[in-house]
Amino acid sequence: MGKDTFENNMTRLEEIVKKLESGELSLEDSLKAFEEGIKLSRLCTKKLNESERKVEILLKQEEGLASTSFSEEV
Amino acid sequence: MMKCILTVTALTGQLKNLLEETFDPILVEGEISNLRRPASGHTYFTLKDNQAQIRAVWFKPFPGTQLTPSSRRMACDLEEGMLVVCRGRISVYAPRGEYQIVIDTVEPKGTGALQKAFEQLKARLHAEGLFDERHKREIPFLPSCIGVITSPTGAVIRDILQITKRRFPSVSLLLAPARVQGPEAAPEIVRAIQDMVAFGRADVLILARGGGSLEDLAPFNDETVARAIHACPVPIISAVGHETDYTIADFTADLRAPTPSAAAELVVPSRDDLAGTLFDLRHRMIRSRAHMAESLNREATLLREKLKSPRWMIDDYRLSLDDYDDRMKARLWQQLAHSAAHLHHLKIRLAQGSPRTGHQRIGFLLESSTGNMIAAMRRRIVDARQTLKRNISLLDSLNPLAVLNRGFSITLRRQTKEIIREAAQVRGGEELMIYLGKGQLTASVKSREEDNARYFFAKPGRMNKRTEERDRFDSEIDLPER
Repeated sequence: MGKDTFENNMTRLEEIVKKLESGELSLEDSLKAFEEGIKLSRLCTKKLNESERKVEILLKQEEGLASTSFSEEV
Repeated sequence: MMKCILTVTALTGQLKNLLEETFDPILVEGEISNLRRPASGHTYFTLKDNQAQIRAVWFKPFPGTQLTPSSRRMACDLEEGMLVVCRGRISVYAPRGEYQIVIDTVEPKGTGALQKAFEQLKARLHAEGLFDERHKREIPFLPSCIGVITSPTGAVIRDILQITKRRFPSVSLLLAPARVQGPEAAPEIVRAIQDMVAFGRADVLILARGGGSLEDLAPFNDETVARAIHACPVPIISAVGHETDYTIADFTADLRAPTPSAAAELVVPSRDDLAGTLFDLRHRMIRSRAHMAESLNREATLLREKLKSPRWMIDDYRLSLDDYDDRMKARLWQQLAHSAAHLHHLKIRLAQGSPRTGHQRIGFLLESSTGNMIAAMRRRIVDARQTLKRNISLLDSLNPLAVLNRGFSITLRRQTKEIIREAAQVRGGEELMIYLGKGQLTASVKSREEDNARYFFAKPGRMNKRTEERDRFDSEIDLPER
C-alpha cells in the first residue's frame, strides 16, 4: 500500500480540515492547506465515483493463470 | 502334520505368513500406553483394552513421502491414555517371536475426537506463533480488487457479490474457485491461495464458506491450510461458519469475520458513508476558509482605520523635531549657565586667595554695614512717623475742644479755674466761666439742684422725644450695615 490510498487521503483531508477550523495556521499556510485539501477531496471523490465493477474468476490454463468474467447472476 | 517337527524358525515363518496375510489391513481400537519416541523418530506404544494388549509401531515416514494431513497431524499428537482407532497390518518380528501392529493412520476415537485433534493442532500452532498478532497484516481500507476463495456456486459467493455491490459498486472481485468440503477441499484451498498470490491482482483475500459441523469444517482446521494462510503475503480474512464456530483458519487469518456476509461488509466500506464524510469535510474546509477570509478582512479594515495618513506622520515628526530642538537648546543653555557659575565660583575662590582680598573684604563689610545702618534708620523713621500719626489722631479724639464742638461745655470757677463737676461745688451767685465749642461765657449761679433726676425723669415728653431722636439716629447708623 502506497501513500496515496483512499484512506490516507481521507485521513489527511480530515487533519487539514481540523487545522483550518482551529485557526492556528497562518494565512499562507492555510491557503496551502486549503489547496491540498481541495486536491485530496477531488481525488477521493473521483475514487468514490468510479463505477467500473469487474467480477472475474481465476482459471488455470496451460500457459498459467488467467481471469475471465464471472456472471453475478449465479 | 502333527508328527512333523518344526523348527522355531519354520513355525514362526508360518505364523508370520498366516498373520500378516490374514490381518492386512485391519482397524483396531484401543488405549495408548507405554508411548515411546526414541531417537529413530519412530513411535512405539502398546494398544490395550481391559483384557488384552498388543504392541504397535508408527514408523517415521520416508523422506519425500507425500504426507496425508492426518498422518502428519497425529504423529506428534499421540498421548498416553488416548483412545484411538489404528489402521495398519499385523507384523511378526521373528528374532524375538513378537507380533505387533504396524500403523498407517491413527484417528482419535469416539466423541470429541475431532475436537481434541482440533484443540491439539490449535495449541501446537499457537505455540509455534502462527496466531501471533505481529503476523497480522492490515486490511486495506478500500481495496480495488477483492479475491474471494470459495465455491463458485452457492449462497456464499452470492452474498458476497451482493453486499459488495450494494456497499461500494466500483469494487472489483476475483474468484478463485475451491471446494470447501470433503477430502479434496484442503489442497484446493491451499492452491487457490497460492494462485491468488501468484496472480497478484487482489488487495485482500476472503476465504469463505457457510457454517457446518466440525467434520464439515475440517478443511479449515487443516494444518496445510493454516500454513498457506500464514504464508500468504496478501491480507486474508477468514469467513467460515456461523458466528460461533472458530476454525484454525480463523485464528491464522489476519482478520476473522463471523460470516461471509460480515466479511464482505468488513472489507468494503459503505460508499454512501464515505461520500457523506467527504462532503462534510469539504463543506467544513470551505466554510472555515470563508470564515478565515472574513475575519482577516475585518482585521484589515480595523488596521486600515488605525493607520495614520503620511501627512499626519510628517506633522508628528515636525513636532518631535521642534521638541528635540528646544530640549537640546535648553540643555545647552543649562550647561553654559552651569559652566558660568562654576567659573564665577572659581574666580571668587581665586580672588579670596589673593593678597588684595583682606582690604577689599573690609571695604565690603564697611560698605554693607553702612548700608544696613542706613536701612535700619530709615525703618526707624518710618515707624516713628506712623506712631506719631497714630498718636496725633488719638490726641485729636481726646482734645476737649473736639468734645465742645459736639455741644458739651466745660464749667470753671471763675476765680480758681477749678472745673465744676457737681452742683454742690458752687454756691449761689458765684461766678462761673463756661467754655463752649466756640467762645466763652461768664455766668453766675442763679440756683442749683444737686440731683439731675428731675431733668431726665420729670419731663417724659422731652425724654421720649430724645429717645425717638436717638432711635432714629441709631437706625440711620444701622442702615448702611443692613
